Amino acid sequence: MRELKIAAVVVAFSLLTYYLVEPYAHHEMHKKVDAHGVEIKLESHGFTYDGTDDIAEAERKGDSALVDKKKAFWAEVSEVAKLKGDAVAGEAGFAMCMGCHTGANVNMGGVIPPSLDHAGRIYDKNYLIALIKDPAMASNVDHKYVDTMMHPMGSIKSMMSDNQQIADVVAYMLEKKAAEVTPKEAFAEACVRCHAVRYTKTTQLGETPVFKQEKEALAYQIKVLDEQDAVKGYMGTLPPDLSMIIRARGEHFMETFIENPQGQLAGTSMPRVGLNHEGYEKVKEYLTEAGDPSKKAREALGPWVLGFFVIFALLAFLWKKYQWRELH
Amino acid sequence: MAHFEKANSLNEWLDQRIGLNTLKRVLNTEYWIPKDINFLWAMGMVLAATFGLLVISGIFLLMYYKPDTNLAFDSVNYTIMSEVGYGWLWRHIHGVGASIVFLIIYIHMFTGIYYGSYKRGRELIWLSGMALFVAFSAEAFSGYMLPWGQMSYWAGMVITNLFSGGSLEAYGLVEWIRGDYVPGDAFLTRFFMLHVLLIPLVIIGLIVLHFGTLRLPHVNNQEGADIDFEEAAALYKAGKKKESKVIPFSPVFLSKDVFVMGVYFILFFYLVFYNFDFAMDPVNFDPADGLKTPAHIYPEWYFLWSYEILRPFGKDAGLIAFGIAQIALFFLPFIDRSPNVAPAHKRGLFVVWFWVLVIDMIVLTAMGKLPPTDPTFALIGQIAAWTFLALGPVLVLITMFEKKIGKGV
Amino acid sequence: MEEEKKGRRDFLGMALGACAAVGGVGALYAAKRTWDPLPSVKAAGFTTIDLSAAKPNELVVEKWRGKPIFVLKKTPEMKENPRDIVIGSDRFLVTIGLCTHLGCIPAYQKDNLLFFCACHGGKFDTSGINEPGLPPPSPLEIPPFKIDGTKLVLGEEGPEYKAMLAAGITV
Repeated sequence: MRELKIAAVVVAFSLLTYYLVEPYAHHEMHKKVDAHGVEIKLESHGFTYDGTDDIAEAERKGDSALVDKKKAFWAEVSEVAKLKGDAVAGEAGFAMCMGCHTGANVNMGGVIPPSLDHAGRIYDKNYLIALIKDPAMASNVDHKYVDTMMHPMGSIKSMMSDNQQIADVVAYMLEKKAAEVTPKEAFAEACVRCHAVRYTKTTQLGETPVFKQEKEALAYQIKVLDEQDAVKGYMGTLPPDLSMIIRARGEHFMETFIENPQGQLAGTSMPRVGLNHEGYEKVKEYLTEAGDPSKKAREALGPWVLGFFVIFALLAFLWKKYQWRELH
Repeated sequence: MAHFEKANSLNEWLDQRIGLNTLKRVLNTEYWIPKDINFLWAMGMVLAATFGLLVISGIFLLMYYKPDTNLAFDSVNYTIMSEVGYGWLWRHIHGVGASIVFLIIYIHMFTGIYYGSYKRGRELIWLSGMALFVAFSAEAFSGYMLPWGQMSYWAGMVITNLFSGGSLEAYGLVEWIRGDYVPGDAFLTRFFMLHVLLIPLVIIGLIVLHFGTLRLPHVNNQEGADIDFEEAAALYKAGKKKESKVIPFSPVFLSKDVFVMGVYFILFFYLVFYNFDFAMDPVNFDPADGLKTPAHIYPEWYFLWSYEILRPFGKDAGLIAFGIAQIALFFLPFIDRSPNVAPAHKRGLFVVWFWVLVIDMIVLTAMGKLPPTDPTFALIGQIAAWTFLALGPVLVLITMFEKKIGKGV
Repeated sequence: MEEEKKGRRDFLGMALGACAAVGGVGALYAAKRTWDPLPSVKAAGFTTIDLSAAKPNELVVEKWRGKPIFVLKKTPEMKENPRDIVIGSDRFLVTIGLCTHLGCIPAYQKDNLLFFCACHGGKFDTSGINEPGLPPPSPLEIPPFKIDGTKLVLGEEGPEYKAMLAAGITV
């Protein structure tokens, strides 16, 4: 039938245009290539960490010393992971962590050390081991600390150098600090020390309390600004507010970026935070609630509206057939 | 003074005062449309319906939107998207509608070109339609500023800079347009005014004109046949519906329009609920920042072809090419020298010209978004831009030598 | 034959029209919801006022849901009334400070012990009761409240408020 042929032509050209300006153009725009122009595929590793990306990055830089260093580091991490950790023995070691990770809002060397209440639940085991061994290497931001600058958690290296002790502390966290976690808690522990979310009234100091007096509110605001200045001084720039980030970046970007920020934004000062799959899902849930709260309503209403128009189109088709029955 | 008798019904009462029955006859039941048409003839009504959706959703957005650089982003993304009941629905309808309306406009335009519906008495239909295209473009651009995200800001920056006129360096004019050195508060509020008042008024006026220009020359048909509408209408009214070449607008033509609209709305609302990123660019969910340009800036897809004509040339040449591209299509009825009103496939070389135009505009569209740093894309873009500019003179040539088609198809 | 066809056309046309009407009603519902007060507005509809600092026969004006709230600590000489909010040994008049005639704000005349509305001359006594024969048709309204120690949460309905409602003292 002629009309269907015409429709096929119109649809084909529309889809071609769509393909070219959306999937194809966005792929071309955001693709990463190495020095030889070969495309680098960024893929999620399911939120487990074994240094694959870090080593590949070092190899692309052509820095063989760095490659060896990264390889050796992650090999040692996997050695520690094989050790059987003793949670009871790890408690004493964990007490050292609590020296800084007090849960109080006190900035130390640039950021507020995050609470570790759910560390065993939201972070990957390998990452926790790596972090204790060498925070800068684990977070893949070692390039930031080449000169005299020290990672704020750098002292942990000298405090906990024994592999068995590290295995014990990690075992302790995986056992004792692994209670059920809400999206809000996961986000607070993993992200809030750097990122504000104004749509949930959250700043680097946590959730903003309600003040009756304007004076108190302003005083608090100054405290927030001070904290932001400290974070800015340490990170080089104030990390962005994450209110709308869930709509501003795609799923693929979020996954690969959180797993390894360097892959998407080479040279960024954002560290890898080491979330495991559950941790990521919780953070994503929190950000969806902040930036796209109507998602559920949208997905619930969609089928009804589409169903309505299918019925409408069917009835209209019958009416049209009827109106045109005597014309040919 | 007219003579008024007591009316026996509301219909009669209205008929005496505004000629209701005459209106119905002239605009509906005896507004004759050729029978030999396909679904592409429904695009006008589809456009009207989409414009209606844009107006309605826009009214609801207008109740909560705040045209202030400090408040605009959050009034859209927080208040409307998460606080207002069904605010997200209106915004998605508005965003998707603004994008998809251009797809329909382009289909509508290419339909007109393919079937030669801009000639022999129908020149004003084409011209008013082109004016509508320009008005819709201005409406889309001004609306794009309002969420005050990164794309809003930088699109505002780049497009207003075009008015510096290349080497003329008319920066005073640019500042006058912006009301500021950079796009700021004055810029946002004046584009808000344009978007919600002035341009919509112009669009409504042009729609009335566009419909008006249609009434006397009548709608074209699939074969470009010259129909004697009075004779055909008489046949239809005498009950010889099979023999008659026309149908009344209402309800016969309308029934087909409504069906096409129904199918269209299925697609439209699928996009509204499930696939809206193409129309609501994720980058625009980052708040405007005058100190940070996004890694890639590009206009919405419907402006890409003319943007690409600007891009491959130097500053001044680019502007001139861009200027020509913007107005070139207006002249179509006058540079097509052939008297034939017929579908392209019956007009010899014209059909080749038509498909080259379609493909060239799609290539331009694609290249307009692809990164210009890639030499292959840049070259393709340049060839496509030259092709577009050459298509005008080529059309004059091929239509001058086009064989005249005999009447009585 | 013609008749029959006409009937069927009407049926299909009407079915389509009815379908469109259903859609229209759905859209109207969404439109209605869009006009509703925002959740943040509703959440801000609760105000806590502290009565412990109030002084006898001194009017305090608070704000609740955008409206003025009169708080008057009664002196022992003032007449008791079931409209009073009793906290310990203190009695308070707490009302919405809008005249029940046309919504102006009456002024408190401390010496005459009455509220006087300048708009149309309405008068209310210290229990908020309107003086008969003047424009206001009913006493000043009491906002929903809940007693919380020496504090009053406006917007919440406590047992004392519910009792007043049941007794028809306020609406």
